[in-house]
Formats: sequence, structure tokens, C-alpha cells
Amino acid sequence: MAPVMQSSQPWVEKYRPKQVKDVAHQDEVVRVLTNTLETTSCPHMLFYGPPGTGKTTTALAIAHQLFGPELYKSRVLELNASDDRGINVVRTKIKDFAAVANALRRTMETYSKVTRFFFICNYISRIIEPLASRCAKFRFKPLSEEIMTSRILYICNEEGLNLDAEALSTLSSISQGDLRRAITYLQSAARLFGSSISSKDLISVSGVIPQEFVEALFAACKSGNFDLANKEVNNVIAEGYPVSQMFSQLFDVIVEADDLSDEQKARICRKLGEADKCLVDGADEYLQLLDVSGNTMRALCNMSEEFSY
Amino acid sequence: MLWVDKYRPKTLDQVLVHQDVAQNLKKLVTEQDCPHLLFYGPSGSGKKTLIMALLRQIFGSSAEKVKVENKTWKVDAGSRTIDLELTTLSSTNHVELNPSDAGFQDRYIVQEIIKEMAKNRPIDTKGKKGFKVLVLNEVDKLSREAQHSLRRTMEKYSAYCRLILCCNSSSKVSEAIRSRCLNVRINAPTEEQIVKVLEFIAKKERLQIPSGFAARIAEKSSRSLRRAILSFETCRVQQYPFTSNQIIPPMDWEEYIFEIASDIMKEQSPKRLYQVRHKLYELLVNCIPPEIILKRLLFELLKKLDAELKHEVCHWAAYYEHRMRLGQKAIFHLEAFVAKFMSIYKAFLIAAFG
Repeated sequence: MAPVMQSSQPWVEKYRPKQVKDVAHQDEVVRVLTNTLETTSCPHMLFYGPPGTGKTTTALAIAHQLFGPELYKSRVLELNASDDRGINVVRTKIKDFAAVANALRRTMETYSKVTRFFFICNYISRIIEPLASRCAKFRFKPLSEEIMTSRILYICNEEGLNLDAEALSTLSSISQGDLRRAITYLQSAARLFGSSISSKDLISVSGVIPQEFVEALFAACKSGNFDLANKEVNNVIAEGYPVSQMFSQLFDVIVEADDLSDEQKARICRKLGEADKCLVDGADEYLQLLDVSGNTMRALCNMSEEFSY
Repeated sequence: MLWVDKYRPKTLDQVLVHQDVAQNLKKLVTEQDCPHLLFYGPSGSGKKTLIMALLRQIFGSSAEKVKVENKTWKVDAGSRTIDLELTTLSSTNHVELNPSDAGFQDRYIVQEIIKEMAKNRPIDTKGKKGFKVLVLNEVDKLSREAQHSLRRTMEKYSAYCRLILCCNSSSKVSEAIRSRCLNVRINAPTEEQIVKVLEFIAKKERLQIPSGFAARIAEKSSRSLRRAILSFETCRVQQYPFTSNQIIPPMDWEEYIFEIASDIMKEQSPKRLYQVRHKLYELLVNCIPPEIILKRLLFELLKKLDAELKHEVCHWAAYYEHRMRLGQKAIFHLEAFVAKFMSIYKAFLIAAFG
């Protein structure tokens, strides 16, 4: 690839660890895998864990370390959602691939006898049992704050960025253990605002809603005035804030509020859950937020849960 | 030419609202390099304008020479080949399309086009700009599968192709895609900003506007700049010179929904429901999206209702809109909402007045 292309690479790709031992934080996983690499006896593997914790990175790193750069192309087949994933494709592609592997088998027998699968997913509960039971399972945990910070500082150092302590803690709190997200925010902010980045800049690129909007909506719900709440909802929509984000921030406010009874919190949270499901189904943002606000208001003002008519 | 198009800012320096965003975007592309972008915000807030101005900033005036192409894509989907016809707008450096036009086969389209763009990427003599831009509209209407399939494609071909995504509600865009893009939120312009734009247009058109008139248009536009400019032009056609208390004509469909609302407030009976059905059909036939009808109807009803009923009516509006999304025929759910409202309102009237 030409050097020009290199610079336009996302940092997520640029700073993807190339070696298994460099993968941040996942100590147990790394230990087991390093052993595997030394003995070169490799089971099928299933990686699961939240986004941005290093699953794809680890899989790619193992493949690279097993085969080295020259063999990598012929020996590794990457299938994922971006390639059409029907059962037919899985069958034919793997068959073709296995045929190549067969042809290579004589010469490469010492390294590998058959194809190995690495499965990557976010939720292990959605993988069918027969598949899961055939694999060695590795759980990737969300990254701790220190690990994130050290990785981010490393990148800042490499890219010549200036990040104060406040911005650093903001970055790790808004990315919630997802390193990819943190790096993306960092890169976005660096591109938009230059080399010194404040915590406000990070919030503006991350799409987090400023706390005063959330507070204003919550206060409007508390007031018991429906038209006021409606106005706030309209305002949130016009400002273009994602309602799903609003739900999660509202949820934080409600869970942490001291002056609410457990029953009130439960009522609001149940509604938030229902509305979130509706949003996923593609329902209208305005109507869902309005419904949640109405419900919150009724809970806060101790109005009856059942409608009167 | 409509004023909306005539006064659309062509470059990032000319924009009147979102100047800060425009300046940031300008900085972003000065190094001949840009990340994937996701623009989101309510309609009429200027997403498209900014995107076009940005393209011009990157590629110079060649980005404006667009041609409309109606191309058939042959997509190899495992055992069979699918023919998909899609209209694209393209210049030498960018392609723009509406992937949701392809319906449930949208995921093939996105992959196929990106792959083709990656195949014949432009080679600049200076070695710069070795990428094309793909503008995808209405990504929030893309199916889940298409969104999933986008995410790895975005990474794989990131050296050849930049995506600019444009949508109304970023809640409907999957987290995986959002985290791969630079998110740019475009908020709706405030009423003061709309007034400023209207005054700018008036000056260019050499029109006299009485004080307060622009403010009234802005107020009626519900913070959509496009709408404000359109109704400003309508007013110009209807009566000039302007008078400060001139009527700003509402859209016909809004008038129509207002009628429906007063109909169902007046009488709650199967007969009235039947009459309302005709009106709803009329709106649907005229291509007013059902969720817009429902929202407007709710808006009109909320203006007239007692506070205690508002909660309930809102809840049912949200409920039936969700059902409408899951179902196939919008009319059922619209009617169900009207019927539900009638029953609630009747019960309320009986309880209140006997």
C-alpha cells in the first residue's frame, strides 16, 4: 500500500495489536493462547464479549502468528457479516478452502492438519449449544479504566496529542470499556479540533447529550405539567439528539436519584425498557420519548398507573 | 428555480447556519483525508446542504457535475443472481444513492457498489485523493442485515472509499456503524437563525418585509428551514407587497388533519369513524407518510384536550405507531388509533357530564 494510504487509515486499524501478547488487558486469554501458539495445538475457538474488547484483534493476531505474513492469505479465510452469510456460502466457501488446505496438507502437515474455526460473537447465549460445545470458549471482559488510559496515552504520544487529565477521564467514562469507541472518539476529536483536546470537544464528537438537556426534561416531568414536558421533548428532537442515548442517560439520572421511591424507579425503568424495544423495532422517536416522559411524570407525581378511561 | 435550491449555499464558507460545523468540516478535509461521516438531525436542518458543500470542498467544482444514472446491478447471492435496478447520482468522485429504495435486498446493493467503487478507484497524478465518496441517504431505513453487512465492508475498503451517511434519527443506526464514523449532529436551526436566512433572501430578491413577518413564518415552520423558505415563497406568490398580518397558508394536508381532529372531537360514533376512514385514505393516497399523519393528528388533539387525557392519548399514539411499524397496512393502525381515541373521549365525556 502507498504511504499516503497509511495516513488515511483509521487509528483503530493502525494501532491494532499485531501480536497476541500485545492485546490489552485480557490476561487469561492471552496466557492460554500464547501456550497454544507455542505448542501449535489449536482447538476451535469461540470468543465472546462486549464490543471493542479485542476479539477480532486477537483472532487476527493468532492467525498472523500461526502462519506469518506470506502464508496468511492462502491459509486464513475471514467470513463475517459483511460477506453474504447464508448457509450455502458457509458450505461452499469452506469446502473450497478445505480443498486448498488438503492440497497443502502434505507439506504443511507439521503445522496444521485441518481447518480451525474462530467464532466471534457478542453474546454467547445466542450461539447454539452444539456449536458452542465444540469450541474452547474465551470471555473478553470490558477493559478497566487504567488499561484504557494507558493505551490512549500511548496513542496520544505516538500522534503528538495533548490530553489533560479531565479529558482523559471523560474519554474513558463515555466509551464505557469499549476501546474501539475510545480510539474513534479520540481520532474524531483530533481531526476536528487539532492536537489539544478538551473534555468538551470529546463530548461533542461522541454524541453524548449534555447533562443540562437531560436535567431539563427530568425537571419538566417532575413539574407535572404535560405541555412543558412536550415542549422539552420537541426541543430534544429538534436538537437532533438520538433518543436511545436520551433513554440511557435518563436511566442513569433516575437510578441515581435519591428522592425517588423504589416503586417509582421501577415504574419508570419498566417503561424505558418497553420504549427501547419499540425504538429497536423502528418506532418513531418523538412519540416514544413523549410516552416515556408522560409515564415518568405520572410516576414522579404519584398519579395512578392505570389510565382512567 | 425554487428559492430553496437557488439560495442553497454552495460552499462551506457561504453557509448561514451551522457555521461552526462548516468550519470544522473544512479543517477536517484540509489534509486531503477524511474519515467516514455520519450526519444526523431532523429534516430541514441542512444535512444535505453541508454534505454537498463538503464534497465541493474536497473535490472542487467537479463534484457539482452530477449525472443521474439508472443502473442495473447484477448481484451474485449464492445460488442465484439478483437483478437490482437503482437510480444513482454520480460525479467523477462521488456516488450518491438511496439504498432503502432496494427494499429488503438493500444489503446486496451496498456491498456491490462499494466493491465496484473499490475496483476502479480514481488515481490522482499527485497521489492524493485516492478515494471516492459514497453518499448514502436514509441509512436509518436500512434493514438490520444491511447495516450489519456495512460494518466490515466499511473497514475493509476504507482505503479506497469513504462513506458519508445521512439520516434523521441515529437511534436507528446500529451502534457498530456509529462507532466507525465521525458523528456530526446537525440541529434544527433556531427561529432567530431562520429569520436571519429569510431576511438574507429578501435582500437578495429585493423584497421589503414588514417587521415581525419573518418571525411569524419562522414560528410556523417548526424549526425546519426548508419549510420556512417554501412558505416564504408561497406568501410572495400570493400577495406582494407583504403586510405584517398576512395569512401564512398552512399546508393542505395539515388543514385536512385539523379537520379530522375536529371531526372526531365532535362526534364519536361508528358512522363518524367511517367518514374519517375516507379522509385518512385520501391522505395516504397523496403520499403523506402514515407516521406523519399520526403525529400531526396527535398534535392537533393535544391542543384541545384536558391535561388528564393527554397522557393516555400520547400513550396510545406511541403504541399504535409502533404497531404500524411492525405491521404492513398503515390504515388499520391509524383507524385503530382513531377508534381508541373515540372510546376514551366518549368515556371521559360521560364521566364528566353524565
